[in-house]
Amino acid sequence: MSDISVTIIDRHGHPHQVEAPTDMNMNLMELVRAYELAPEGTIGVCGGMAMCASCQCYVLSPHALPGKSDEEEAMLSEAFYVRDASRLGCQIHLTQELNGLEVELAPEGS
Amino acid sequence: MIKTDILIIGAGPTGLFAVFEAGLLQLKCHLIDALPQPGGQLAEIYPKKPIYDIPGFPEVLAGDLVDNLMAQIAPFQPGFTLGERADTIEPQEDGTFIVTTSEGTRHQAPVVAIAGGLGSFEPRKPELDRLEDFEDRGVTYMIREPEAYRGKRVVIAGGGDSALDWSIYLAEVAREVTLIHRRTEFRGALDSVEKVQQLKNEGKIRLITPAEVVGLEGADRLEAIRVHRGGLDGEELTLETDAFIPLFGLSPKLGPIAKWGLEIEKNAIKVDNTLDYQTNIPGIYAIGDVNTYPGKLKLILCGFHEATLMCQSAYRRIYPDKRYVMKYTTVGGIHGFDGSKKEAPKAVVKSID
Repeated sequence: MSDISVTIIDRHGHPHQVEAPTDMNMNLMELVRAYELAPEGTIGVCGGMAMCASCQCYVLSPHALPGKSDEEEAMLSEAFYVRDASRLGCQIHLTQELNGLEVELAPEGS
Repeated sequence: MIKTDILIIGAGPTGLFAVFEAGLLQLKCHLIDALPQPGGQLAEIYPKKPIYDIPGFPEVLAGDLVDNLMAQIAPFQPGFTLGERADTIEPQEDGTFIVTTSEGTRHQAPVVAIAGGLGSFEPRKPELDRLEDFEDRGVTYMIREPEAYRGKRVVIAGGGDSALDWSIYLAEVAREVTLIHRRTEFRGALDSVEKVQQLKNEGKIRLITPAEVVGLEGADRLEAIRVHRGGLDGEELTLETDAFIPLFGLSPKLGPIAKWGLEIEKNAIKVDNTLDYQTNIPGIYAIGDVNTYPGKLKLILCGFHEATLMCQSAYRRIYPDKRYVMKYTTVGGIHGFDGSKKEAPKAVVKSID
């Protein structure tokens, strides 16, 4: 297992290329928090249960991500600023296949 | 005026447990919470989810943990002001504080413990032009008095439990109920979904899906909404209505507490973690997810610890001249304010022949 590289564009439009471990059972929302790319309290509010949309992001790279669960679909259907490329960061597990992933955080309050 | 020893803002697990620790010190507590029921996030967001890191509980449902805490603190007869948000705090000359809620309820105590979690839960508002102009003039985010909608035309938007449940309820009250949702699927308890289906079939609820409200119209108050139905090649229609109720869930906001003069960092209140979780204002403490200090972890079990130390400090603040040492419940038992008593059974002392 080795680290992967992920590019995250923060809510101000600044890109950050960060290293992410794939052996810590981490998801994308947690990665954003680990690097403090969005202020605490504005991301991962529900803790990662797909019960809020504070970790919504737009997937910019053509990676084949695992499909959305019913819970994620339902939450995104109630969220704001949703696009076709929207996902909940907490539902994207960091795996080797996601090396080079590029995402943009949706606006606060989504 | 409600008077108490420790005024706790937030009735989540940390706030509830603080009542217990205060009770062991014979201190009375009163809790304020913006939600209509105690339990905080555990009751509001994830009552049916299991928690695995409560010491001594290999697994416990969030809702059950709240029930257990309520049972544990019952002997100490906490007071509750529910469904009201703590808005202002006024320090008094005698060192006490007066906290007033959104509804104007006043509370006075020598110690205030903020156990506010992520803040108070506020409705999530859709991005619509002139939305704020129509607030309380046809647009509401919470239904307080369903009777106000008798004989009216109501549009509800949303796809979760509250949108479903209120559509069902208002179908019997309002002249006309329209439910609008972005998708054809709804997320809610199975029987609510089935009931809405049945009411739709009976013509008592008009369902517009997949659709989205895209505009509001009216002079002084809301008169109509514009709805976009279908996908990209969909159509736009205008719907006359007396009320529009978007129910898109709640999101926590630190809210008025942020203006109480407390030191805030990372959307949380800075406290002295080397001692007693007191804030920069003596007499005001912050415990649980709402506070921050080096190494802070937002865990229920950490909130319990913080609540315990806060109570010890509160006791010394309220009774500076009294000497006191912590007593184990196994030794001291529980003496409720309601006269109830719990203690360890005495060992049998008897000779064996």
